[in-house]
Amino acid sequence: MSDLKSNTVATAQAQTRQVAFRGGGFAPASHRWIGALVFILLVTLAELGTRQGWISPLTLPLPSDVLKTFGELYASGLLWAHMSVSLTRLFVGALLGASLGVAVGVLIGLFSYVRAGLVPLTAALFPIPKIALLPLFVIWFGIDEGSKYALIAFGTFTPTVVATYGAVDNVDRSLIRMGQSFNLSWMSIVRKIVLPGAMPGILSGLRISLAIAIILLVAAEMLGAEYGIGAYILEAGSLYDLERLFAGVTILSLLGVTMSATIGFIERRLLNWRQ
Amino acid sequence: MDIRLSGVSHSYDDFEVLRDITLEIPSGRIVCIVGPSGCGKSTLLRFIGGLEQPTKGEVLQIGSPPKDCLNPLTYIFQDFALLPWRSVRGNISLVLEDHGIRGARAEAIIADVLARTKLTEFHKALPKQLSGGMKQRVAIARALAVNPAVMLMDEPLSALDSQTRELLMDDLVSLWTRTPFTAVYVTHNLAEAVRLGHSIVVMSRRPGEIREVVHLETPLDQRHYGDSALEEKQKYLWQLMREEARAADAELVHV
Ligand SMILES: Nc1ncnc2c1ncn2[C@@H]1O[C@H](COP(=O)(O)OP(=O)(O)O)[C@@H](O)[C@H]1O
Ligand SMILES: [Mg+2]
Repeated sequence: MSDLKSNTVATAQAQTRQVAFRGGGFAPASHRWIGALVFILLVTLAELGTRQGWISPLTLPLPSDVLKTFGELYASGLLWAHMSVSLTRLFVGALLGASLGVAVGVLIGLFSYVRAGLVPLTAALFPIPKIALLPLFVIWFGIDEGSKYALIAFGTFTPTVVATYGAVDNVDRSLIRMGQSFNLSWMSIVRKIVLPGAMPGILSGLRISLAIAIILLVAAEMLGAEYGIGAYILEAGSLYDLERLFAGVTILSLLGVTMSATIGFIERRLLNWRQ
Repeated sequence: MDIRLSGVSHSYDDFEVLRDITLEIPSGRIVCIVGPSGCGKSTLLRFIGGLEQPTKGEVLQIGSPPKDCLNPLTYIFQDFALLPWRSVRGNISLVLEDHGIRGARAEAIIADVLARTKLTEFHKALPKQLSGGMKQRVAIARALAVNPAVMLMDEPLSALDSQTRELLMDDLVSLWTRTPFTAVYVTHNLAEAVRLGHSIVVMSRRPGEIREVVHLETPLDQRHYGDSALEEKQKYLWQLMREEARAADAELVHV
């Protein structure tokens, strides 16, 4: 009692101030517009710099010139000619590689013998720079579309496998136990519990695989391709045509952004059950 | 359908978990199993449901389950085990689909179990939208949907706060009173055991053995929160368990 009293007296005498706040930061929040702002700022800076001469036109083309080149490309109909072949290659190659990768990854996740046999193989294939294999693919699959599909498919295959079996491993065991306790068939457990449970991991793996697919698309089109964004960029580069080079690179960036946005959209639709 | 355990013992490698468990689970009764943590209660429940096999002894099923029973031995888990990507309705239809029950027949069963667990208006909700108590009610509804002969409950209320636990105990009592079911109810909470058990099996610390089986005669719907006769029983159980619990606790420290 006396303790309490002396305490109160002490507080009354001491100065009063607010408790300092120290819980800020470390909380990711979404600020979408900042990304666009940084982009616009950089382009404006490049435009100003090249116009006023403190950036040499030898190092960077005028962004407005790049835009003009892009407009010409569009008007001539060549944009679509390049885009259509590139998108087909990307689609076929990535679809082959990713679907095969998901299938093999699921098998590795489900069967210990498959795991024992294939995990070392994937580990051996993963670090090979696939671009180095392009000449080999040309011999195996021909200089035409075959080698390009193969390169992109192979490049997307390995990261997809690794992401998929990791995702299958991470599926909550207690859910599988629940499935067994209700006598669900093996197929049902795989289809209704394992695959949906692995979906978040598979999709985030796909993000990486598809970025790799774009990189390999350009590499593949540098050999024996008449049309395609890679061929366009290569040609521009060898002529030292910076405007066209940058126009091509911009197309690739846009492709990447679109791809990532599409996966983001699929994630929001398919994974709305997550917390 | 009754369940009989005879001489069940189990070791994981050299690690003895259960020793000579002989126990009868009569039809239409709730048998509670209490014991200090790590004494093998969950393991025993996995044996009863056929998810694991004991190294010695056998688990017998006496008589056959009723005809309309889809999954005779059905679990209710402590962590609910609901599929987060399926709605309440989807989680229940999951266990019907494999028995070829779809369409109107499935609808009828789902509507019935949702009504019995007071979840009718939440049938579209995803698990992430539900409170812990509601999640466990969904799991109970899912178990009821397959019309089990024996319900195997492993600490079904342990993940819930004490108020929700009281409410769910009332729900379980009223479910049982309306249609008596057979259940093995594992818990470390003695209050739950004396509220829900027709008989209470007290286990020793690991290796788990049966120390005593306590029978309670009061009908379930006449047992109430804070009932003095129940408190008396609970005290008695605690006095049985106290030393075991202390020893079990000390054992973990030495591991
Ligand atoms: N699969 C397993 N492998 C090895 N040891 C296990 C396994 N499952 C349980 N145990 C051990 O068996 C003992 C009993 O476990 P459990 O049945 O979960 O106890 P309880 O449910 O009574 O707390 C514990 O010491 C636990 O570590
Ligand atoms: Mg347990």
